Amino acid sequence: MDPGLYTQLLDLACGAFLLAAVLVLWRRELASFIRVFTAQGLALAAIAALLGAREHRWDLLGVAVLIALLRAALLPYLMRRALTAGGETHETEPLVNVTASLLTAAVLTLLAYAATRPLTDLAPSSATRALPIGLAVVLIGFFTLATRRRALSQVVGFLLVDNGITAVAFLAASGVPLIVELGVSFDVLFAVLVLQVLTTRMRAAFGGTDLDDLRELHD
Amino acid sequence: MSGDQVTLIGTVAVVAQVALVIAGAPWLAGLMRQIRARLEGRAGPGPGQPWRDLRKLLRKQPVTATGTGPAFRAAPLVLVATALVVAALVPLAATRTPVSGHADLIVVVALLALGTVSLALAGLDTGTAFGGMGASREMTVAALVEPTLLMSVFALSIPAGSTNLADIVSGAVHDPARLATPTGLLAAVALLAVTVAETGRLPVDNPSTHLELTMMHEAMVLEYSGPDLALIELGAQLRLTVLLGLLAALFTPWGIATTDGWAALLLALALLALKVAVLGALLAAAEVHLAKIRLFRVPELLAGSFLLALLAVTASYFLTGA
Repeated sequence: MDPGLYTQLLDLACGAFLLAAVLVLWRRELASFIRVFTAQGLALAAIAALLGAREHRWDLLGVAVLIALLRAALLPYLMRRALTAGGETHETEPLVNVTASLLTAAVLTLLAYAATRPLTDLAPSSATRALPIGLAVVLIGFFTLATRRRALSQVVGFLLVDNGITAVAFLAASGVPLIVELGVSFDVLFAVLVLQVLTTRMRAAFGGTDLDDLRELHD
Repeated sequence: MSGDQVTLIGTVAVVAQVALVIAGAPWLAGLMRQIRARLEGRAGPGPGQPWRDLRKLLRKQPVTATGTGPAFRAAPLVLVATALVVAALVPLAATRTPVSGHADLIVVVALLALGTVSLALAGLDTGTAFGGMGASREMTVAALVEPTLLMSVFALSIPAGSTNLADIVSGAVHDPARLATPTGLLAAVALLAVTVAETGRLPVDNPSTHLELTMMHEAMVLEYSGPDLALIELGAQLRLTVLLGLLAALFTPWGIATTDGWAALLLALALLALKVAVLGALLAAAEVHLAKIRLFRVPELLAGSFLLALLAVTASYFLTGA
């Protein structure tokens, strides 16, 4: 593949990947979280496919297909089912308001750039230069986990962290071995299923999925 | 070609550009209103209506409200003057003009801010409740708009290596791939959002409302009448035209004359009119589907566009490995 075109496509995919994470903080409708997450899954699959095409590694293309199936089809389907069962459509009153969240995202992105600077300097290439984007998505995912209160937002925050980690693995080391990737994928899938069960239990107990209702421990 | 003729073409380009902006601004406003009217199922007054309004207002006797001071009287002139200077500075039709050396991004943003501030001072000067309210809201929006505007054009200036708008535009003409990067796309979205906010269009401000609770721009200019009101209206239309022209010049720079030649200049002027008309039509068509957002949600929109502009700058700085 032409190096200039490869760099441009990789940068575009990374830009879309980061933009999706920012949009999660911007939007309030839970349904749009799922659409944004689907787009992010596709961008991640595109990053993997580009790296695979660049290095002529067919297993990476297989991983890209796997990522697209899991993160852009199966997980959104599960989340959409949880959403229709839940009946809540909006993230009301996040702990930090949207304006402050967006400005925090700006600071987190700059922090990610500062933190990955030494790593990028080790082996400057177009893939490692995009490394901060993966770390920024991880940090934004943590921020979403810390400040959003609906169970579905928590699931999306957790998946943002995971997407970010996967992106860092791809950009820094051209991906992990296929067997590890499979293991991580199943792990994520089970985590989402467990969270879905938890959501159902919370709704049965409290009539909503606001995490603030979880105040006491029971046996 | 002699040096004299180069300066001659450059001078003609600046004059023609300013003349086109002045003549075209009311037509653009009329075109946008007409498109909205048609899409909403109304007949509409036709795109020439703003010119007829201006002529009617200019013939009226000038009246100023009692108790108003110099800020109130100077504001319409400052607003129009700053918009005209920006129209001359921004490389809308040609990049090699006598003033292109001064077409610095920071100057352009400062001039636009000067117009905004003078109008807000005029709103305060009238001493009415609406004037003060409108001025306060306009300043809130302006405080968020200016950094975004600076950031997004700054993102574009990194690949060009200069904050001179003429250099940025001619760089993009010769290297169009620069625009299809994350930097270009993020900056385009951020700049579009601030253009909408700066010119007081939906969803930030509704230019056709006179409902007290929602007015921003209209609240500041309530006390104006006659020729002053005509200048204010013209100033607002000029700003919209210039900002759309800037958007068109930065993101679709094709056709802008980077060489000297009469044919290239004529083509550039025709394309400028076409590009701004298409952008205005798209904006008007989009406005039909938008509702004005609550005033308290406006900072969210602008903080979002600021974040996009900041990401554009960081992406431009880090991904290119500069």
